[in-house]
Formats: sequence, structure tokens, C-alpha cells
Amino acid sequence: MNDDIRILEAVERYITGEMSPDERVYFEQLRKSNPEVDQAVVEHTFFLQQLSRFDETRKIKGILNDTHVHLAEKGEISSPRLRGRARVVYLYNRYKRVSMIAASIAGITALTISALVWSFSPGKPASNQEVTQLMRDLDHKVNRIEQQNVALNEKIETVKDQNQNTPKAPVINYTGGGTGFLIDTKGYIVTNAHVVRDARHIAVQTGGSGDLTAEVVYSDVERDLAIIHITDKTYKAPASIPYAIRRSGGELAESIFTLGYPRNDIVYGNGYIAARTGYNDDTLTCQLAIPADRGNSGSPILNRNGEIIGVISNKQNTVEGAVFAIHSKYIFQAMAELQKDSAYRNLKMPAVSSIRNADRTQQVKKISEFVYMVKVD
Amino acid sequence: MKAELNENFLLQGLARNDRKAIETIYKENYNMIQALVINNNGTAEDAKDIFQEAMIVLYEKVQTGTFELNCQIKTFIYSVGRRIWLKRLMQQNRFSLSDTDEESIAVDDEVEDHENRNAAFQTMEKSMGGLGEPCKSLLEAFYLQKKNMQEIAENFGYTNAENAKNQKYKCLLRLKKIFFSQYKNEPL
Repeated sequence: MNDDIRILEAVERYITGEMSPDERVYFEQLRKSNPEVDQAVVEHTFFLQQLSRFDETRKIKGILNDTHVHLAEKGEISSPRLRGRARVVYLYNRYKRVSMIAASIAGITALTISALVWSFSPGKPASNQEVTQLMRDLDHKVNRIEQQNVALNEKIETVKDQNQNTPKAPVINYTGGGTGFLIDTKGYIVTNAHVVRDARHIAVQTGGSGDLTAEVVYSDVERDLAIIHITDKTYKAPASIPYAIRRSGGELAESIFTLGYPRNDIVYGNGYIAARTGYNDDTLTCQLAIPADRGNSGSPILNRNGEIIGVISNKQNTVEGAVFAIHSKYIFQAMAELQKDSAYRNLKMPAVSSIRNADRTQQVKKISEFVYMVKVD
Repeated sequence: MKAELNENFLLQGLARNDRKAIETIYKENYNMIQALVINNNGTAEDAKDIFQEAMIVLYEKVQTGTFELNCQIKTFIYSVGRRIWLKRLMQQNRFSLSDTDEESIAVDDEVEDHENRNAAFQTMEKSMGGLGEPCKSLLEAFYLQKKNMQEIAENFGYTNAENAKNQKYKCLLRLKKIFFSQYKNEPL
């Protein structure tokens, strides 16, 4: 092993021109007299070339994706809305399949949705004292407004104190919310099942947009994942999603970041993967060391390539800073379940991250438009 | 004459990853490829894939430095996009394609060359992915981000540059082993 390393080092220094003239002469003689050394030089030159090509290709792919999104946003390329004959053919191809089963879908969809709504609406969840689901309850808002009034009104101060001192009832509030992120440009958002449980109305909003109404199309209480669909007519589908969803989980100690809505403005958090399993060795989740607060439920966990590797779900009260996230592979499972219903068959999750080589500020800027505040009542 | 100069200017821009040039080529040619793909049983998503591949073929060409385009950029992109899409269709047992009004040239060699490169790219991506941390980040920092060993030693918590260098070579050996075990042999 050590010999291998020494040879490799010599070869690399030779190729990159780091050898002194004497050394170089000696090495060239060695190369002439020893075919194995020569072979190693040829092979390594080839490999370094492959590495640099790999880098170039990755960069240009990043730029092309950026350009695509940029031009589509400015409306300078007609994607995905099409005109003329192309549009007709496109629509025909799309609807050819669908129209045959359209009638039955209408019935089935209605049934499935109401069944889904039923399946997660009744019953209060078994509350776990040690684990708090990170719903943003609207008390926070009230508190903030009260704080502004403190100087004006002492009485309100005392009310506020009482408010803060009253123990927060274990999790579920009827007015609350969390965070969610887009997984299909048609307006499908992933969040936690506990965020939208018992919700009569759901609205989502992201930087600048007003409230957009949404409804639950899939919910799995066991894994604590839900998919909601923006039904609001004012929703404008973006051309593409900058991040990808990763099938395999993250590595121990891998650095990660998140964006979420613990308050009314989007908040960035930075941390690392602390354990492969979650609370009580739960394999559905992993443990993170990252700042998270009520309202971070449903926030995406991204690695430095801009790939989503998990979804924040809850935190442990007894341990400071222990936050748990559901592995991203369960998003794929949820999606696969949802797609069994033909109405959702054409959903497509982003497979390639277009922000792989961007720096963190750029990544966050891009991603933040696709992270939504989820509000329920 | 002026148009030709302009085209050369764009190609030079593409060769050095100039975003403005890339955007211009993108803007002027994208809809053409989209129309082709969608007229031939594809989706908008397919069109994006095909167009970007064609752009990469052009990029690879201009990167060599000796490349001279003896047709318009438009014609080249159309021909390459057409060829790649036809190949995809053939995989689905469809052997013809209806052209739009663009003219095209033979680009079979270019496309084949690109496919080999693409395979190598995917092999490298997979090898890197299979390498695990901290090797992956270490090698990326040195070979791709071109950081020096001193900086890397500090970032990755090695006591000195010498230790980091040793680790780097260990990782490199592993990466090469994975890569060459999967690389479809092509003459070096």
C-alpha cells in the first residue's frame, strides 16, 4: 500500500511538472527502462484528464440548468407552455392516455381524497412528552405583537407573561403550521403529516406570494409525511426546481443546512448529521445537530450539493439541540404510493440538482423560493 | 460576414463558460429543439434534456481549441439534437422522425464521441459517489476546486499538510480502483 502511494505520488508530480530537473531526468530514465512505470504514467495521465473533464462537464451542466431556469422565468424560451402545432401534438400526446380513463378517475379521485381526509382526521395522536413536533403555533405571532405593545401597556405585559408561563399543551394546535417544499412544479409540496393533521383549511405562502389554498392529497401518519397540492388558481408553476431529492441518506457528520419558517420570515440553519438513527433508535429518522424551532416541521434538509436528504419532523426536549429528520427515501415511497392513483401518475420529482456548484448564498437564494410556509386552521 | 464573426464570438464565449454567450445560444436555439422533440412524441422535459446534451456536444467540441464549425451553430445543434433524439426513439422501437424545416448535417461521429464521454462522466460520478466521505470532499477540494494542501489540512482537520497529502493519495488510489473497475475499456 505504501509503495503504491509512493509510486502514485512520483507519477503525479512528474505529470504536473513538480519535479526538480534532476529528479525528472532520473524519473524519465526509470520510465524508459521500466514498462510498468511507463504504464502507470499513461494510466494516471488518462485518469487526471477524466477528472478534469468530469469537473468541466459538471460545471457546464450547472450553468445550462441555471440558464434554462433563468430564461424560462423571463419568458424568453417557451417552456413549458407551447404554441401552434407543437402544442397541439403535445396536448394530444398527453391526453391520449388520460382521456380513456378520465371518467373513472373523476369518481375514484373524489373517493380517494375523501378517504384520505377521513383516514387522518379523527383521533388525537398519542402524545410523546419527550418529543415535540416542531409546529409553529400562532402564539408566537401574538407574542410578538404583544412585545411591541409592552411599552404602551403594562397590563398586556402581564397577560403575555401568563401566556408564556402556561405550559404549551403537547403539540397539536388547531391554529398552527409548519414548513413545506415543492417536489413537483405543478404545485405539490411535501410537509409533515402532523402539520396538516386535523386541518380544516390549508394555505401556503412563500416569499412575496400571498396565501395560496392547498389540500392534502397524501398523508402517512406513521412516517409523518404528507403531500399537499396547491389548488389556488393564482399559483404560477415555476419552470423547474433547483434542488434534487436524494434516494440514499446522508453520511455521519456530513454538513447540512435547512430553510424553514419558525417565524414569519424564512430562517436558514446550518448543522451536521449527528446519528444515523433517530429517537429511540428509530430507523425512519436520523438525528441532526441543527437549530430548529416550532414551525420547522417539514423543512427540507439539504447537503452541500443542494440535494434533499431528509425532512425535519421533531426534536427531543430532554437533549439540547437534538433534532430528528425523516429520511428522504420515504419521500420516494410516499410519491410511489400517490402515483398508484392514475390522477397523480405524471408527477415528477426533480432528479438533478442544478445548484450543485453554486456557493451557499446562491443555493439558499434559489431554494428559498421553493420552500413554503404551511398554515393550517 | 458580420454574422459569422458573431457566431465565432459566441463559440469562444462558450469555450470559457461565459454565461452571456451561453444564454444567447440557448435563447436562439432552444425553441427549435423543443419543437422537434415535441413533434416527435417527446415532452418538454425531454426537450430540455436533448437540448442540453446538444449544447454539451458543442461545448466539448469548442473546448478542444482546434475545432472549426463549418456550418451555423443552429444547424449543428439541430443536427446533434436530432441525432440524439432519434437514437432515443430507436430504443423505443421507433425508427423515424419527422423533421421541422431546419437543415441538418451528418454528426454521427460527434454524437458517438459524446456518448463515450457521457459514459465516462457517469462512471466518474458513480465512483465519486461510492467513495464516501471524507475521501470524496478531500479529492474534490484538491483536484476540482484546486485548493492547496495547507488549506485542505486546515479545513479537514489534519495536523499538517503532509498528513493530508498522504490521505489524499490513499483516497486517490481507492477512487482509481473503483473507476477502472467500472470503466468500459476504450483505447487509452
